[in-house]
Amino acid sequence: MTALVIKNLMKTYANGNVALQGVDLVVEAGDFHALLGPNGAGKTTAIGIVTSLVNKSGGDVEVFGHNIDTDLEAAKSCIGLVPQEINLNLWDSVQNIVLNQAGYYGLPRRLAQQRTEKYLQAMRLWDRRKQAARSLSGGMKRRLMIARALVHEPKLLILDEPTAGVDIEIRRSMWDYLREINAAGTTIILTTHNLEEAESLCRHVAIIDEGAIIEDAPMKTVLRKLQREVFVLSLEEPITVAPTLDGFETKLLDSLELEVAKGPAHNLNELFAQLARCNIRVLSLRNKANRLEELFLRLVENKDANPQGTAAP
Amino acid sequence: MNLSLNLIAMQTIVRKEVVRVLRIWVQTIVPPAITMTLYFIIFGNLIGDRIGTMDGFDYMQYIAPGLIMMSVITNSYGNVVSSFFAAKFGRHVEEMLISPMANASIVIGHVAGGVLRGILVGTLVTVIALFFTDLRVEHPLVTISVLLLSSIVFSLTGFINAVFARKFDDISIIPTFVLTPLTYLGGVFYSISLLPEFWQTLSLANPILYMVNAFRYGILGKADISIAVAYGILIFFSVLLFTVCLALMRRGIGIRE
Repeated sequence: MTALVIKNLMKTYANGNVALQGVDLVVEAGDFHALLGPNGAGKTTAIGIVTSLVNKSGGDVEVFGHNIDTDLEAAKSCIGLVPQEINLNLWDSVQNIVLNQAGYYGLPRRLAQQRTEKYLQAMRLWDRRKQAARSLSGGMKRRLMIARALVHEPKLLILDEPTAGVDIEIRRSMWDYLREINAAGTTIILTTHNLEEAESLCRHVAIIDEGAIIEDAPMKTVLRKLQREVFVLSLEEPITVAPTLDGFETKLLDSLELEVAKGPAHNLNELFAQLARCNIRVLSLRNKANRLEELFLRLVENKDANPQGTAAP
Repeated sequence: MNLSLNLIAMQTIVRKEVVRVLRIWVQTIVPPAITMTLYFIIFGNLIGDRIGTMDGFDYMQYIAPGLIMMSVITNSYGNVVSSFFAAKFGRHVEEMLISPMANASIVIGHVAGGVLRGILVGTLVTVIALFFTDLRVEHPLVTISVLLLSSIVFSLTGFINAVFARKFDDISIIPTFVLTPLTYLGGVFYSISLLPEFWQTLSLANPILYMVNAFRYGILGKADISIAVAYGILIFFSVLLFTVCLALMRRGIGIRE
């Protein structure tokens, strides 16, 4: 069963701006799918069309087999949306916002009240249920939007940058919760600029740039394409010149930090063996950038350099 | 269309609107009460005594139905235009747009909210009027049906205004430049029989004249116009404006990109 099928989706705005130029995307039911892309790539437009907030210029969209042109009501019933921008009625109470959303989806009042409590508890907002939304912090507003999107228990949850402005502790607990509802069967599509988040949560990744999909594959397959990784090593003792290592590029960041780039033909054991021969001892190491981030940048940059062809890894 | 889903969705909009009206009662209920009290004191007590009778009624009695109708019209209109535009402006209209409820339910829910506020304020103004004059309802069914239909017509007009409005200034243009002049020239304070023939004929083109007079007929039993024509106009505009609202929603004008 597919949760979402997008075929040749196109959107040209009234001002002539071409936002989407033939997007094709398939999201399987139960998947946790990342939709990544630079600002203005077309992510929010695509989501807007799927959720009927934006009128499409061409193409087809099916949500759990319901075409949005012929069976919009059924398609909408399957979707929960957490939009990128805060779109809460800031004068209304936290509880009423979620209750009203349940009502718009036709949930009877008693069930709506039970679900409201369930999801406000899950988002740690139950204690603030009587407060007006305007009194919440930015992170709390985002959590309220997640509770609102979940209240009708959608089969497909679309999260457009849900953790922007959320502190680390709450973000981690939100990740756990999203994993939990995904494990319980909810299909999730996530757009985010936090690629650590995408790599940590998603099993599938699609990258969109300039209104077209330039990569769409399982996360493991995509990461395997990464040909070069860069590490930053913290050294036990200062050095003055970067060592020359066979098969590795090195650069001294400061006397106690060494940057090392490695290709797929070499492994970290070889790196440490060579460093040991140079009497350089390593206290710790970290990735210079998130792996997905490196790949993302390379794909987008390659596309810019070679707009006709498919981006090479 | 799933009927039970849409009924619950409409109830939700109406409940939300009632909560909003009561939450900001200082803005929604108190001002019309104060304004109408001033009208009754100034036009009824102070000036009315010098005017004498109109169409066989004390001036205060004569203007009371028109003032009640004026408050119903302005509050029905104001409720829908401000509520729906605020939802557009704050983007929480998206809560409704992404939901499976039908466009008709969104329109009907907001119109019902406007009608409820119109009735609430109309009832309050009637109670205030009773402190100044005696009112007997001659034709209860006409009174209620004209009040409801007028409220529906102006709630729908408010909805259309909200759809097209791009900034807060846009929601005050129609009330200031169209609604208020037409209401004042719609026979609230005078019988059109007092006007020269040309202005009498011109007044017949003002739909608010029919609403005010039909409502006055319901309460006092007297009107300057045909009640059948008034019903025809009210029903025609209700159907026409509802159709326009649905067309705007379907095309997404002003609300979908």
